[in-house]
Amino acid sequence: MSSAEIGTLPENEGFKIRWGDLAPFIALGVIILLGTMINSNFMSANNMLNVITRSAFIAIIGVGATFVIATGGLDLSIGSMLAFVVGIMVMAMNALVPALGPWAIPVGALVALVVGSLCGLMNGLIVTVGRIEPFIVTLGTMGIFRALITYMTDGGSLSIDRSLRSAYRPVYFGEFLGIPYPVIITLIIALLGAFILYRTKYGRRVTAVGSNADVARFSGVHVGRVRTMAFVIQGFCVAVAAICYVPRLGAATPTTGQLWELQVITAVVIGGTLLRGGKAHIWGTVAGALILEVIANVMVLSDMVSEYLVAAVQGAIIIIAMLAHRFTSSR
Amino acid sequence: MSLTMSDNADVRTASGPPVLHAGALSKAYGPITVLSDVTLDIRAGEVHAIIGENGAGKSTLMKLLSGHAEPTGGTMAMEGTDVTFANAVQAEDAGIVLVHQEILLAPDLTVAQNLFLGRELSRFFAVDDRQMNRRTAEVLARVGSTARPRTVVRDLPLAQRQLVQIARALLDDRKVIILDEPTAMLANDEVDALLGIVRNLRAQGVAVLYISHRLEEVEALADRVTVLRDGKMIGTWPAEDLDQRQMAELMVGRELSMLYPPKREAPTTRAALSVEELSVDHGKITGSFDVRPGEVLGIGGMIGAGRTELIEGLMGLRPAQARAIRVNGQPVTKPDVQTLMAAGVVYLTEDRKGKGLLLNEGLGPNLILQALDMINPGLRLDRKKEAGAVRDAVTEYDIRVRSLSVEAGQLSGGNQQKLLLAKVMQADPTVVIIDEPTRGIDIGNKSQIYRFIDDLVRAGKACVVISSELPELVGLSDRVLVMRGGRFVAELTGEDITEQNVVYAAASSGHDTEGRKRA
Repeated sequence: MSSAEIGTLPENEGFKIRWGDLAPFIALGVIILLGTMINSNFMSANNMLNVITRSAFIAIIGVGATFVIATGGLDLSIGSMLAFVVGIMVMAMNALVPALGPWAIPVGALVALVVGSLCGLMNGLIVTVGRIEPFIVTLGTMGIFRALITYMTDGGSLSIDRSLRSAYRPVYFGEFLGIPYPVIITLIIALLGAFILYRTKYGRRVTAVGSNADVARFSGVHVGRVRTMAFVIQGFCVAVAAICYVPRLGAATPTTGQLWELQVITAVVIGGTLLRGGKAHIWGTVAGALILEVIANVMVLSDMVSEYLVAAVQGAIIIIAMLAHRFTSSR
Repeated sequence: MSLTMSDNADVRTASGPPVLHAGALSKAYGPITVLSDVTLDIRAGEVHAIIGENGAGKSTLMKLLSGHAEPTGGTMAMEGTDVTFANAVQAEDAGIVLVHQEILLAPDLTVAQNLFLGRELSRFFAVDDRQMNRRTAEVLARVGSTARPRTVVRDLPLAQRQLVQIARALLDDRKVIILDEPTAMLANDEVDALLGIVRNLRAQGVAVLYISHRLEEVEALADRVTVLRDGKMIGTWPAEDLDQRQMAELMVGRELSMLYPPKREAPTTRAALSVEELSVDHGKITGSFDVRPGEVLGIGGMIGAGRTELIEGLMGLRPAQARAIRVNGQPVTKPDVQTLMAAGVVYLTEDRKGKGLLLNEGLGPNLILQALDMINPGLRLDRKKEAGAVRDAVTEYDIRVRSLSVEAGQLSGGNQQKLLLAKVMQADPTVVIIDEPTRGIDIGNKSQIYRFIDDLVRAGKACVVISSELPELVGLSDRVLVMRGGRFVAELTGEDITEQNVVYAAASSGHDTEGRKRA
């Protein structure tokens, strides 16, 4: 081992296959293979697109969660926050219809993005300025958002104005070149997320803070700002998911987005992002969201297991994924 | 306890038969010997002090005697019978107990619960709190503690916690008690009280092995003194035969090697960094200093003297205030780490793995983390520039790597240190503060790092080196400030920069002004 060797070293080490990073994609492939064997309808284009579209919400929110978790944080409030943003957006659109007509939709969407980002900012500031565990902070805001949406809907539902329905419908049900819009939006968000995480200074700082906050601090990184910003990104992603969600059901209810936080965190973790921070995989998160939805779909299509057990299987998946990780990474 | 605390001459010279005998004890980790051929006796009713520089092998010796580590050579005998200890419990059963320097108590349990932790007394199926509290009260009285058995440890001042720790060691009858730097965290009056308690134990016939950096304590307390140096035993002397200066000389006793670059010419320009009345950790540590371009300012002192804390405070990494901090004459308005780094002051931490490098990341992310904004003016990362910086650093700092894609954690200690040095140099600083530049690295890498320091100082940068290794401190520095108990106690220049002078200032008392004169 001498310094002279360095010059002769090929720099293509980036192409070295890292099996650990590929695990979620391999798992996804295996599950799809299983699904095909169980039911021939599974691989039909229709069913596939349907599954991918449904996984969009978890994938979009998951991109934001990847940032929060990569900095060593955790956001439990995302499901409730989604419901709250949906509620605000519906109220804003309905209020704007008389003045703006169909233009109420983009303005309402903008309101959603601002409100979502502000919700994230609030979580982030309480965590960093207040120096409270993210788990506790977001447990609290989870309750607050959930209560607010229940209050806003008066326990019932808050529906979007009839005149907007047909104009807004395509955002979930429409397609471009045969690809449903939610899938395109997911792709854009994931591409953006991957760009920020892997190609910008901010992304580098996210990884640094997550892998060792002390090292980051001693290197002059504004640790608090980096963490806060991750929560803002999370809020923004929740708002994007909300924008896709409203045309699907057309209403906000007290159960909107309930327990989504668990699905999102599951998707992020089986995607290969470390829960203690530092190592983040945007595309793994997307694969994780797909795995969850594909499993649910396979179970519905097969008659072997009751679909009431979907959550149990998803729960088992995260534990199995972690055990697999433990045994493959211990050298 | 009705015994007087006064220094009774009769008690001091009492020398019974050895309780514990160590014969040619050695300890090696792999090929590295950290302790070789230490032979000593510890007698009942004596205070036997062990002194030595940082890294001389004191804590290793303690670990061997108390069963926390197994010797790789030599014998131990307890009252004439050969013994071996596989773990600390066996040593305690034999009557030897080590009181750790750090407070190892569960803060939310009561004093009694802590004392009996893991060996609770029970009656039928319930714990017998009454019995435990009664016995705790007895043993607390024995060490002169005013704490009550039912007090929660969290509510006790530090000194009382230390006493509780000693009390725990004495709960069962012990023949040998080993105190590792028991006064390291105590204030002066608390130290006096503790010394009284140690004398008291001696009077009760306990053999006390006393490890301390503070030579005046050793002089005041010990009956015999054993000196260790570089893992070897230098000798054992009756305490009355040695004064503090002689102890310091015995602890050091070696020559400067050719490891160090020749000293530079004394600089005359104005300060690159000047720090006025910096106060860290709410005044526990204070100091003023300045360093000029082309100069290495060494900061010496024992571990725990507050050197690292002072610099971390300066860098805004722990709570601190300063009357003024100037870099090249310009006042630093906002003393946070970002502002200081922007002004050109960088700090290379002593905690390479915990605070210096991202062990799971590659060379690039580590190298440029501190200089991200300089290397990338926009938002995007310039990967080409980063790869170029890595290649340059690997060559310039001779970082030996198998491939450029290794993670920092896979590098050897010496290469990690060189990577860390390259990292802080990325932003082209004017003042470089290096804390323990060569801790835990081999001699070849050491001399390279000394050369890098010499190079950067010759290039007109100012350098502050904190070091616990005396030869290094003496070999590198143009000027040395010695810290003790959170204050600078001496400034040494020119010919006066010797290991003896540094040790004397760092370890002995009563030289706040005298030390300067001696210098």
